[in-house]
Amino acid sequence: MTRRSVNWMELAGALMVAGLIIVAVLAPVIAPHDPTRAVAPTYGNPGPPSAAFPLGTDELGRDVLSRIIYGARISLTVGIAAVLVTLAIGVTIGLGAGFFGGTVDFLLMRFTDVMLTLPGLLLAMALVTVLGPSLITILTVIGLVSWTQIARVVRAETLTLSQRDFVIAARALGAPPRRLIVRHLLPNVMPIIVVMAALGTSGTLLLDAGLSFLGLGVPPPTPSWGRMIEEATIYFRTAPWLATFPGLAIFYAVMGFNLLGYGYLRRRGR
Amino acid sequence: MLIYLARRIVFGAVVLLGTSLITFLIAFVIPADPAVAMAGAKADPQTLATIRHELGLDQPLYVQYGRYLDRALHGDLGRSYIRRQSVTALIVSRFPATAILAVSAMALSLILGVLMGTVAAAWHDRPIDHTLLVFSLGLVSMPVFWLGTMLLIAGGLYLRDFPLGGFEGPRSLVLPTITLALGSAGYYSRILHTNLVEALGQDYVRTARGKGLSPARTMFKHAMANALLPLVTLAGLDLAGLLSGVVLTETVFDWPGIGRLAFEAIFNLDIPLIMGTVLFAAFLIVVANLAVDLLYLWLDPRIRLEQAP
Repeated sequence: MTRRSVNWMELAGALMVAGLIIVAVLAPVIAPHDPTRAVAPTYGNPGPPSAAFPLGTDELGRDVLSRIIYGARISLTVGIAAVLVTLAIGVTIGLGAGFFGGTVDFLLMRFTDVMLTLPGLLLAMALVTVLGPSLITILTVIGLVSWTQIARVVRAETLTLSQRDFVIAARALGAPPRRLIVRHLLPNVMPIIVVMAALGTSGTLLLDAGLSFLGLGVPPPTPSWGRMIEEATIYFRTAPWLATFPGLAIFYAVMGFNLLGYGYLRRRGR
Repeated sequence: MLIYLARRIVFGAVVLLGTSLITFLIAFVIPADPAVAMAGAKADPQTLATIRHELGLDQPLYVQYGRYLDRALHGDLGRSYIRRQSVTALIVSRFPATAILAVSAMALSLILGVLMGTVAAAWHDRPIDHTLLVFSLGLVSMPVFWLGTMLLIAGGLYLRDFPLGGFEGPRSLVLPTITLALGSAGYYSRILHTNLVEALGQDYVRTARGKGLSPARTMFKHAMANALLPLVTLAGLDLAGLLSGVVLTETVFDWPGIGRLAFEAIFNLDIPLIMGTVLFAAFLIVVANLAVDLLYLWLDPRIRLEQAP
């Protein structure tokens, strides 16, 4: 096993994610057009890629490139914020189960088992339909259906750590639970949490895109990549570029986070 | 061993009970009045009251849940508000289309995944391993509905007489199967690669090599046996997931399966049908968990011979 501090996968992933963040932050500077306004003369018909519009225009004459650039904002926001919600739930439950053990562990883990049997996408669809699609709803719902994996991993790590000498020593010295968790367990669980966050972001990005594709994403006119593909499906024969490019954008973002996460796991030999 | 099995069955039943409770509570929170959904917005209060009484909606919550559970145990999941058919019958009628797609996608993803994982592990840390690693991560990173759409575009452009949606004969199965299989194939190949590399570093494999066995024989006879076990769990649970319907792929290809049924149920707020499809999915997962446990007993002597705690 090579012992380099960072491997090429992590580096590539970090560069891809950094690029994505830059595009999202600088969207107004980079985007050649207003993403919500008709700028092409071909109003009513999608326009093919050209010198003026490198990725073509959609049926409302809007520039696809500009919409994808602005879409990075909403996709990245949803992806990262949803992972934070997921982590908040998953880490709390995992740490709680691993630290307190006994009945608490049993109940929390059986609850996790139940959540694991529920079909995530169906559950998310039902909740978004009932609560109405808004940014807050989507973040909450994605968090509610994706935390189980993180809870399990964090619980396993906590259980292992609790057997380590420094934790046992701290406990023997009379450290209260709060201090044990915050000062001793959490910092040591952090690396695996960061990896799960990277991998989790690729998951939430795909889930958000899937919901948007089913018409349950952040409502228009906000350009979201998933919604762009959904709107493009009726033109897939006449204007294939409409569905192709937003999908490549999702692929790029998800791939970046996956390289980051798997690169770390591979370096650690997991 | 019997105790072990009994424990697993009880555990599965408890999980299913919890699932049914959560499903029931979610359905209860949905702010749609079933009586209005059935009788129409213009129904008079008298009719609505009658329907509510017939459905048992005027009963306390725990009585409603008890009734629901009792009926579900007898295979009766209620009647769809919109389609006015038995939910069980609807699921049964959609199951063949979903099942054919699920089985073919699972077969393809296992073949591709095992192939890529084995090759990557055999040439660990060589260029081909790194190429396959990036390739399989790429497969995992593709949104499934986009891949499906891309295949439709390619099919429409280059394969003139290819069916573009619907379930009509074996040819219509090709594109949705590929769509579903590629992502899991990438995932399986990663898992198998990790397990194989770990197994190849174990003492018993080194012993086998030391005895003079060929690398290929060590790989397939010794390392593979252990490395495939975790894949069995994953594939079992994934198959259950596929059998309970795949909303995105079925939407792209207009596939008349359970995923579409669930999708329509959610859009119409057809509560019995939503609960039915969710519960069916959970049931399949629990059954798959049990099946995987049984398979492990057969595949892994360490569990079979272990004294049940």
